[in-house]
Amino acid sequence: MVERVTTINVSKLREDFPVLKRQVNGKPLIYFDNAATSQKPESVIETTDRYYREYNANIHRGIHKLAEEATLAHEEAREKVAKFINAKHTEEIIFTRNTTEAINLVAYTWGRANIGRGDKIVLTIMEHHSNIVPWQLLAQEKGASVEYVEIDSEGLLRLDEIDKLIDEKTKIVCVTQASNVLGTINPVKEIGKAAHRYGARFLVDAAQSVPHMPVNVRDIDSDFFVFSGHKMLGPTGIGVLHGKSENLRKMPPFLGGGEMIREVHTTGSSWKDIPYKYEAGTPNIVGAIGLGSAVDYLNAIGMENVHEHEREISKYAIGRMGEVKDLILYGPRDAAQRVGVLSFNLGDIHAHDLASILDEEGVAIRSGHHCAQPLMEFLNVPAMSRASFYIYNTREEVDVFINALEKARKLFAR
Amino acid sequence: MSSEIYKDIILDYYRNPRNFGDLPDPDVRAKDSNPLCGDIIEMQLKVKDGKVDDIRFKGKGCAISQASASMLTEAVKGKTLDEIKAMGKPNVLELLGIDPGPTRIKCALLGLKVLKLSVYGYLGQTVTDEVKRLV
Repeated sequence: MVERVTTINVSKLREDFPVLKRQVNGKPLIYFDNAATSQKPESVIETTDRYYREYNANIHRGIHKLAEEATLAHEEAREKVAKFINAKHTEEIIFTRNTTEAINLVAYTWGRANIGRGDKIVLTIMEHHSNIVPWQLLAQEKGASVEYVEIDSEGLLRLDEIDKLIDEKTKIVCVTQASNVLGTINPVKEIGKAAHRYGARFLVDAAQSVPHMPVNVRDIDSDFFVFSGHKMLGPTGIGVLHGKSENLRKMPPFLGGGEMIREVHTTGSSWKDIPYKYEAGTPNIVGAIGLGSAVDYLNAIGMENVHEHEREISKYAIGRMGEVKDLILYGPRDAAQRVGVLSFNLGDIHAHDLASILDEEGVAIRSGHHCAQPLMEFLNVPAMSRASFYIYNTREEVDVFINALEKARKLFAR
Repeated sequence: MSSEIYKDIILDYYRNPRNFGDLPDPDVRAKDSNPLCGDIIEMQLKVKDGKVDDIRFKGKGCAISQASASMLTEAVKGKTLDEIKAMGKPNVLELLGIDPGPTRIKCALLGLKVLKLSVYGYLGQTVTDEVKRLV
């Protein structure tokens, strides 16, 4: 049992993040763009720095000391990630560049081998483009169809629809665990059961959930589970595909090249066992090691505490945003049903104008379609602004954000 | 970025856009959008003796994109098509009176791009890469 800390000491924890000492436009930085990427603690920065300074080497085949150390660190990171999401086997963790590449890997390998004419791929209307476009490409190539589960007025998935959409033609169901726009946490375990009832595979896009809440792939019973390192305090360029080992062993390889082969002859080649079969070429060694360090940092805080802190700050922010005239907040009202992602519009102020005005106050938010154009179309909204929180954000920062919103409203109301 | 980005004049042009709407019988029209933020601008021109005789614009988007398009329509009335072809980023910045910064400059330049597209369209000339790169 990991010892639980009851609360996060945010002011102490903030000292771990060098960038939070920055001023932006003469104001202290308030970083509310965590759904895009998180900031990095000193420990992650130091870990990656140490790799280059002390044991930079290519991994797996080197016989020398540095190669040994680098290989060990890389594989330790894999173990850390496996434990973090409660994978059954460490070899079920495949390192990719990011969530997008992990989904593409599944679409290109499992998808090409298993999807045929007339088959059905079921997604939801709240998916990120990265969990839509690879499936559209596959469907076009194979003559399959893509269908979308819609949402209700609260931004919750229409579970009644899921049961109707999934049928014996359905080969895979791909669902985000937490929406990068609405913040909605989806009941993935139940959706997975529905998929499995019809023999379909089940993929979970966990890019917005793994950084912010405890996850358990064995409990969810996903066939594929994907996320990115950079949204969970780790470096960019490292992502994860978790797959059940029996699935991964049956699938054809993804990229061909070095590191993934057992033997290469002029007449053909054979592959290594998982996970290496899917990791062609020199991998992002420092990225994986940095991700391992990020996992250590999050474990020290405890994911229950991370989730609780973000629920608390979201609840506070939702309340304060309710006081701002003409502000429309999208997604569930109940902070318990969402991660700390709050998308909104303020009167008729364009999201980009709002982001510029907030930037002048040192507040970093995101604006635009958030790589979810089908959702924007469904809601009939051209663009939204989005504030998203992490462990280092405070109520005081929310207050500054609210004041900046008021300033914008007044500026445009004149 | 200076805190002057939303100067009164920009907000004024955004709220009360000059030359907004349709021309009854335009000689040429062009339309484009900024794929990053979805801002849309359409320009309609009436040309006489190689000069802009009348001009209107329509659009949807942020204050910077709409205000700069509106300001442009005022600035180019009576100008020759060659003069418009020679215009660039500095002309737009001068009209706005501020530099909106590296991210928002695309918003400011959308109007100029569409204006140039309509000029090239009217002249039946191939649009240069320089114009395509504006936004």
